[in-house]
Amino acid sequence: MRTKDLVVTAISNTFRSKLRTTLTVLAIFVGAFTLTLTNAVGAGVSQYVDAQVGALGSPDVFIITQASDATAAGDGPVEYDAASSASVSSQQGPPGTTTKALTDADLQAIGDTAGIESVDPIRSVQPDYIEYESGTPYEFSINATSAVTTADLTAGAQLDGGATEAQLVLPDAFVTPLGFASADDAVGASVSIGITDILGAKHVVNATVVGVSLESLLAAGAGANDALIAELADAQSGGIDTAVTSYGVAVAHFDTALSTDAVTALKADLATAGYTASTIEDQLGAVQTVINGIVGVLNAFAVIALIAAAFGIINTLLMSVQERTREIGLMKAMGMSGGKVYTLFSLEAIVIGFLGSAIGAGVAIGLGSALSAVLSQGLLSGLPGLNILLFEPLSVAFVIGLVMLIAFLSGTLPAQRAARQNPIESLRYE
Amino acid sequence: MDSEWVIDAQGLEKSYGSGASRFDALKGVSVQIAPGETVAIIGKSGSGKSTLMHLLALLDEPDRGTLQVAGKNAKSLSKRAINELRNKEFGFVFQQFFLTPNVSVLDNVILPLKIAGMGGKERRRRGMEVLEQLELADKAGSKATTLSGGQKQRVVIGRALVNAPRVIFADEPTGNLDTATGAVVEDILFDLNRSQGITLVIVTHDEELAARCDRQIYIRDGLVVSHTTSTHTGAHALIIGGAA
Ligand SMILES: Nc1ncnc2c1ncn2[C@@H]1O[C@H](COP(=O)(O)OP(=O)(O)OP(=O)(O)O)[C@@H](O)[C@H]1O
Ligand SMILES: [Mg+2]
Repeated sequence: MRTKDLVVTAISNTFRSKLRTTLTVLAIFVGAFTLTLTNAVGAGVSQYVDAQVGALGSPDVFIITQASDATAAGDGPVEYDAASSASVSSQQGPPGTTTKALTDADLQAIGDTAGIESVDPIRSVQPDYIEYESGTPYEFSINATSAVTTADLTAGAQLDGGATEAQLVLPDAFVTPLGFASADDAVGASVSIGITDILGAKHVVNATVVGVSLESLLAAGAGANDALIAELADAQSGGIDTAVTSYGVAVAHFDTALSTDAVTALKADLATAGYTASTIEDQLGAVQTVINGIVGVLNAFAVIALIAAAFGIINTLLMSVQERTREIGLMKAMGMSGGKVYTLFSLEAIVIGFLGSAIGAGVAIGLGSALSAVLSQGLLSGLPGLNILLFEPLSVAFVIGLVMLIAFLSGTLPAQRAARQNPIESLRYE
Repeated sequence: MDSEWVIDAQGLEKSYGSGASRFDALKGVSVQIAPGETVAIIGKSGSGKSTLMHLLALLDEPDRGTLQVAGKNAKSLSKRAINELRNKEFGFVFQQFFLTPNVSVLDNVILPLKIAGMGGKERRRRGMEVLEQLELADKAGSKATTLSGGQKQRVVIGRALVNAPRVIFADEPTGNLDTATGAVVEDILFDLNRSQGITLVIVTHDEELAARCDRQIYIRDGLVVSHTTSTHTGAHALIIGGAA
């Protein structure tokens, strides 16, 4: 029998007992549907988290602060030390946390630590407003770490750290209020940023919008390159050189070639020196572990459903073999080999598996996309860029493939039984 | 037709079951079938006719005895070669119709060709040719279950001869039919023997049908009780008169 004939025969045999096939397919459908959806949730959430991580920084970056002041009640007041006691409010840790500032000497020490390639202080600037062509000014903040992070762009390009021109990445929420027709329209425009210096005088700094970004859950505010931050910081200081330069946070790049163990060791080195170093992964690791756990549990449920469906396939095919005993005997009498009979029944199992999984995945994609669209407008509108159900072609194909494999394995027992049938016994079968 | 192509069975024994329930269905049967002849295997119900036919058609293996097909010992043939032989050289009409329900008459007829791996177009052409020969062309698309008994038996014969076999084994081909329809089916079979030289091995308990064959082998309780030997050229002359 030709392969094509085997496939065609298997397909038409599948539809001979429509009700039975439909019920079996339905059982597989449930499993495949669930598995497709849970995979999509996993993919959607982890894509979002990845984008957020990108917004926070590259994988070869430490965010370094002085170790937190551990002033617990009862320890008494800490003695003042002119060299190190300047405290700054920090973006790290819970709101209101203050850390000791990093001084130039600290930066020097961090930079000298083996494994650290470069260290840059993060200078925080507090602009008052942003304005475009004398339109309405809007209150506005700049994300201090934006120079080292990758924004989740909707238009334009990332900041160029080396550029001498002042560059800005605008959060997309500002596009319409500032009077731009679209995100693309904003790219290339020159905007004015108002800032008040420490003496109370107002200054205006001009910057070019190079990109528009989605608002990030973890790094709020606009992005500014080094040139713009320097210009704003100069304006903010009002020309007065504060005697002690101190920074809340520094960003250190480490050697990308370092292994995970080496990174851990490096962190320990910095900790002994009195600095807290954490990678973006550390900060989001916990979140991701929880999400992976939930997706894992959901996947396990889907797989249990598929295992139950596998017994359905075995049952269906055993009944089919029983019903068609004489037909199998006849085909074998007419010279069909046991191997071909085996293939025929295995193919029937695979056809059932394919039907269930393809329909399951198809319906999951259809319903899921609609649901995702509704959710992103409603319940999840506060998380722009989150596509709660992300259907990746590869993972959908994987689900279909997995279900077909399960179906094939379920089909082996009935197919073997059919293949082993003695033609004479089968023809005498009443 | 090469004259070598014969079935030569010597001392076939076959028993079913074991111990107390052991039943010896064949107790040493020797049979020779020459190309182009028509042979009737006659006997009462349970005498072992079907068992003998299954052994001759390589559908089953004897417990003892030798079987030569076309000069080759059946035991020395591989499973694949036996399948090939049954598929290409033999046609089968079993005691029951064994038509696949819910499948068209044409598809039922071309099953051996499909198993042989023949292409779809050629298969259909051959199938239609056979159905025309059996005056069933108008039923080609009908489901097998919708046919009358006589029509079903003709479809079964169509299925047996669609692969242009050398030998057709027919087990009670008229057993399920009334006398008139039975006669039509008989005529078709003998006509095939005459026009295409197909060897017929017919299992029956009908003396009249047996009498139309060149040779009769009587079986009782698993043993051959009598052999009529006749030259089959004489029998041919007789059939030409009968079928016309
Ligand atoms: N699988 C089997 N197990 C046990 N006994 C069997 C089996 N097949 C056949 N027999 C026995 O072997 C004997 C011969 O059977 P067989 O089918 O050859 O008879 P038959 O001559 O074709 O009869 P009928 O004319 O009724 O078809 C019978 O007694 C039957 O009960
Ligand atoms: Mg019988």
